[in-house]
Amino acid sequence: MSLISSLNKFLGLGAADKGVGHWWAQRLTAVALIPLGLWLAFAFASLGDFSYKSVVAFVQAPMNSALLVLTLLTLSYHSQLGVQVVVEDYIHDVTLKSIIHISVSFAHVVIAVAGVFSVLKISLGAPG
Amino acid sequence: MDRVERPLSPHLQVYRPQITMVLSIMHRGTGLALSLGVLVLAYWLMAVAVGEAAYSDARVLLSSSLLKFCYIGWGFCFFYHLANGVRHLVWDLGIGLERGQYQVSGWIVILFTFVASACYVLVVII
Repeated sequence: MSLISSLNKFLGLGAADKGVGHWWAQRLTAVALIPLGLWLAFAFASLGDFSYKSVVAFVQAPMNSALLVLTLLTLSYHSQLGVQVVVEDYIHDVTLKSIIHISVSFAHVVIAVAGVFSVLKISLGAPG
Repeated sequence: MDRVERPLSPHLQVYRPQITMVLSIMHRGTGLALSLGVLVLAYWLMAVAVGEAAYSDARVLLSSSLLKFCYIGWGFCFFYHLANGVRHLVWDLGIGLERGQYQVSGWIVILFTFVASACYVLVVII
């Protein structure tokens, strides 16, 4: 017995619609976050007293700027994928679920853009 | 249409906690907690981007004892989610799925989490 509905068979979507893409994206971002996450954890260790000067110097180093942008984008994407699944699993009311999905998606995009823009401003512009 | 409140079949409450289910729930919990951490990460970078005065204002919040407590929690969550995430990726390769294997890997994750986060908290945060 096939679990694929007639409509999904016609559309070529399989039983889970876009589930495979979600699964792959979650795994690939997870693999990327192993080195990126460890780098960020050790970056915090190198920042010492987190003074304005030392943070700006850290973010302005080209390699650090690039890695911060990569980390922020990968982290936001991975977080979005994970939170989405949690909402799907525990929120059953269709209206509430849609509202939370939309809010969570927007929030992740806003956070990613705000974080990346901040890194670029510190790195390329003259902050303050 | 009104939903009839029918009795449900026994669910989680009839099970003795097992390492597999406890670690699985913790993976979600730590993931959600780390998602909140991204907010603080972005806030920190935004404050620095705005300028020195804004950053010194933000540091009042960022170095508050509540957030310092959170940093310790996020350290723990990060190392747990990292180790258990690797465990999941290994499972995705079809490795370690036999009874016994996933219990051993679970205990390795717990051991790694406590050692790594204890070192991190002692060296970096405190």
